[in-house]
Amino acid sequence: MRALVAMSGGVDSSVAAALMLDQGYDVVGVTLKQWEGPGGALPTAGCCTVGDAEDARRVAAQLDVPYYVLDYTAEFREAVVDHFGAEYLAGRTPNPCIECNRNVRFTALLERTAALGCDVLVTGHHARIAYEDRRWKLLRAVDTTKDQSYVLHMLTAAQLPLIRMPVGEMTKAEVRRRAEVLGLRTASKPDSQDLCFVGRRDYRAFLREQFPESDAPGPIVDLDGNVVGSHDGTAGFTIGQRRGLGLAMGEPRYVVDIAAAERTVTVGRRDDLAVGTCTVGAVSFVTGSFPEDPSVAIKVRYRAEPLMGSVVADEDGVVVRFATPQVGVAPGQAAVFYAGDEVLGGGTIEATFAASAALALEGAGG
Amino acid sequence: MLYLDHAATTPMRPEARAAMAPFLADVFGNPSGLHGVARTAKNALEDARERAAGILGAAHPLEIVFTGGGTEADNLAVVGAALAEGGGVVTAATEHEAVLESAAFLTRIGRDTRVVGVDGAGRVDVQNVIDSVDDATAVVSVMAANNETGVVQPVAKLATAVHGERPGVVVHTDAVQAFVSEDVTVGDLGVDLLSLAAHKFGGPKGIGLLYVRNGVDLEPVIHGGGQELGRRSGTQNVAGIVGMVAAMEAATEGRDEFRSRVRAERDVFESRLTGAIPDVVVNAPSDARLVQHSHVRIPGVPAETLLIRLDQRGVAASAGSACQSGAIEPSHVLTAMGIGSEDARHCVRFSFGWTTPRGAGSDAAGAVIETVGALR
Repeated sequence: MRALVAMSGGVDSSVAAALMLDQGYDVVGVTLKQWEGPGGALPTAGCCTVGDAEDARRVAAQLDVPYYVLDYTAEFREAVVDHFGAEYLAGRTPNPCIECNRNVRFTALLERTAALGCDVLVTGHHARIAYEDRRWKLLRAVDTTKDQSYVLHMLTAAQLPLIRMPVGEMTKAEVRRRAEVLGLRTASKPDSQDLCFVGRRDYRAFLREQFPESDAPGPIVDLDGNVVGSHDGTAGFTIGQRRGLGLAMGEPRYVVDIAAAERTVTVGRRDDLAVGTCTVGAVSFVTGSFPEDPSVAIKVRYRAEPLMGSVVADEDGVVVRFATPQVGVAPGQAAVFYAGDEVLGGGTIEATFAASAALALEGAGG
Repeated sequence: MLYLDHAATTPMRPEARAAMAPFLADVFGNPSGLHGVARTAKNALEDARERAAGILGAAHPLEIVFTGGGTEADNLAVVGAALAEGGGVVTAATEHEAVLESAAFLTRIGRDTRVVGVDGAGRVDVQNVIDSVDDATAVVSVMAANNETGVVQPVAKLATAVHGERPGVVVHTDAVQAFVSEDVTVGDLGVDLLSLAAHKFGGPKGIGLLYVRNGVDLEPVIHGGGQELGRRSGTQNVAGIVGMVAAMEAATEGRDEFRSRVRAERDVFESRLTGAIPDVVVNAPSDARLVQHSHVRIPGVPAETLLIRLDQRGVAASAGSACQSGAIEPSHVLTAMGIGSEDARHCVRFSFGWTTPRGAGSDAAGAVIETVGALR
């Protein structure tokens, strides 16, 4: 059996490769070239850099496995970077890691695994794939502080048997310890925090450079429509954002709405952020079907705890209701459904409705 | 293990290794010194220069400038001639990056650069080149044969035409890929500058030479102690130089045998491949390219995938050029030949060489046929 290990040059995928060797697999290491600087060079800052590919190559050499760099720049540009720009330009807050997993890693690369002579695709994600109760399940990582199952919600039951995420069974500390014992050069390499194609600089600067049309100034208004400030382009804002608004209004103001077409950013108080209901598009279920019990835990941001609510399908599509109003629910981010540790599925948040409005709607309807 | 990437680099010939051995051991002198230790090194250096000049048909040994490889020789030729003559460069779209990037550098410093296209077979048209040459041109650089496709350029005709039309213009050829299988002499080619790289014909890496016709001025690109008559400073790599010249001699002596043997293997490879995979496309007609090159497109089978599968079964081949990270890049050579970027991603190069065993062509074809069968 041969495993294709997607090696980013970080400690998790380095250890994933070592674990597959331990399990008796032959290992082939690959790094996806996803983004390039001028002249086709790998970027020198951020993730996906020449240095990261070199780390992956050196780890592969230490493990004595073949290693290749595969060119996915065209796929990545289209599915991830263009999408990232378009979403921000539309006033939404995209999650490029999800788009990469959806369209590059777990489609383009997964579909190619057999062609590359391999039986399974392995990544260094902190999540678990398990065969339990006579079906394949996607589960939260053992290390809940590092759990990445949120960005994997688009995986399907048919894909899971072809994927391995061995480090999801370990805590991050255990992963690092394992890397140290093996003497891997990535053992103490810091976790990457940046969007891989943006690097350490401000993503707003990246947007301005790659999507010049994002530079469209407009007003900042309050919920009553009073102009309270101005901005350089709506693409710089995220729902729930407090910093960088340039407002002096006595008490904190948060972005509560982004109307890209009108170039208008609306701010309000923290209470105004409370969302009771949202609609979700591009919904898929790891389990293969809509949950029988509509009562699920819902995670609306990468760094949020899942909170109880319900998911139902009605004539408007898939609708999520939160048991208690949620703040920071941003269109473009994913809503991911959990039952305990199991990822049931998820989709992309389309529209949000204020807690008060949702109540009013329900009152009117029922 | 079947090594079919001789166009990338070649195994060292035993003659080269043997020639180098003393210079990696006891003979360590700096050829620029005055004492006996230095003299021994200097004598070996100048002996090697004479022999290299003889093989290339140079009029004088001092027309040979040793460099740190083929890329450096190309830089010295193109940049050095343009700077010395105060003009720009005319070159071809399929040149090696060493030439194209030197031309790009000249553009950045305000010199006139013209890049002439090629036909579908990858060949430049002599008249197109002549039409691009004018008073702003200092140097014309067209390779003897392409490193990816092996396509041979009409360098002799070109040199005659350029010298006839524009006597002051210097003609350079990058013969790095051609030397191993073609009789390369400056008399036949009529060029003023010619680059070689040792590792392409069984010599060591990191050493090359530039032939500089007597009377051609070059502005150095490496500045320092004035070695190589000031044209390439830095203490000479004596071991590399004697290794390179030994490999030149071995390559020259064995060339006829090399040509017939390698061509036979390549032809078997291509005929088996085209027989078993009807839609395979062999890029460039076989009489238009070097005998050791086979460059093929297999529709529906990405080069990246095929090469990894072949690597898994111990067959080493390559595609186009690789970037810094090792990812396969869409080739500018294929683009210039009018091959679309999608088709270019399905092109693979097999290159045969002096260590290619009898039967390798058939074995390689078998490996490719089986792999393609599995992928389709």
